Amino acid sequence: MVEINVTGEVVTAYLSGELDHHTAKVMREMIDNAIELNMPSLLVLDFTGVSFMDSSGIGLVMGRYRNLQKLGAVLHISGTSPNIYKVMKLAGIEKLAKLEGRQ
Amino acid sequence: MVKNSFSMTMFSRSANEGFARAVVSAFASQLDPTLEEISDIKTAVSEAVTNCIVHAYDSGVGKIYITAELIDDNVMKIKIRDKGRGIENVQRAMEPLYTTVGGERAGLGFAVMMSFMDSVKVRSTVGKGTSIIMIKKINRRFSING
Repeated sequence: MVEINVTGEVVTAYLSGELDHHTAKVMREMIDNAIELNMPSLLVLDFTGVSFMDSSGIGLVMGRYRNLQKLGAVLHISGTSPNIYKVMKLAGIEKLAKLEGRQ
Repeated sequence: MVKNSFSMTMFSRSANEGFARAVVSAFASQLDPTLEEISDIKTAVSEAVTNCIVHAYDSGVGKIYITAELIDDNVMKIKIRDKGRGIENVQRAMEPLYTTVGGERAGLGFAVMMSFMDSVKVRSTVGKGTSIIMIKKINRRFSING
């Protein structure tokens, strides 16, 4: 599941549930629609509601990063659980985006 | 010594990814693992099962065979096998970021398995299938001495 919030040039996508190969397709389509529609300068992917993520989530993040680069926009990732943070770090996502764990 | 085990067979449908990791992690809970250990097992199983679904049977549906064993008091052994097309070059398939499908797949499945488990062995024969054997040692939260 993805909920989108738009404030000015910032699009925030609140992801929830389990993020794997099965669920990633719908999530990325919803995020890409929001990017196309709003042309943001910043996309925030909020993982607070995500209870599980495997490397399909890395594919989702890297794909959105590439789409944002075409717009000259930046990516922030927030609300990652310790386990999701671990997968993100393994992939070196912090080199592409600001990466924050859960507060 | 193998103290407990289970086996299951399921179709290589993506809806089964969540099912497979839930079953294996529920079985692992007998060893009283930490939340982090459970999450490591779930993630590694998810990667292995996703590989079978994305790669083994091309666009068709085949079967995935999962066996798990609890060995002594602190070791879990998980075998995930398919009878799909096999991997031509296992070493290259295990390299981080290597992917044959590109696009939205990061090519990190084996990197995650190797990082989160204590040992990962891959055996594959082209045209016959692939099996992945993973070992995870569990540091029990509570001692059973008392």
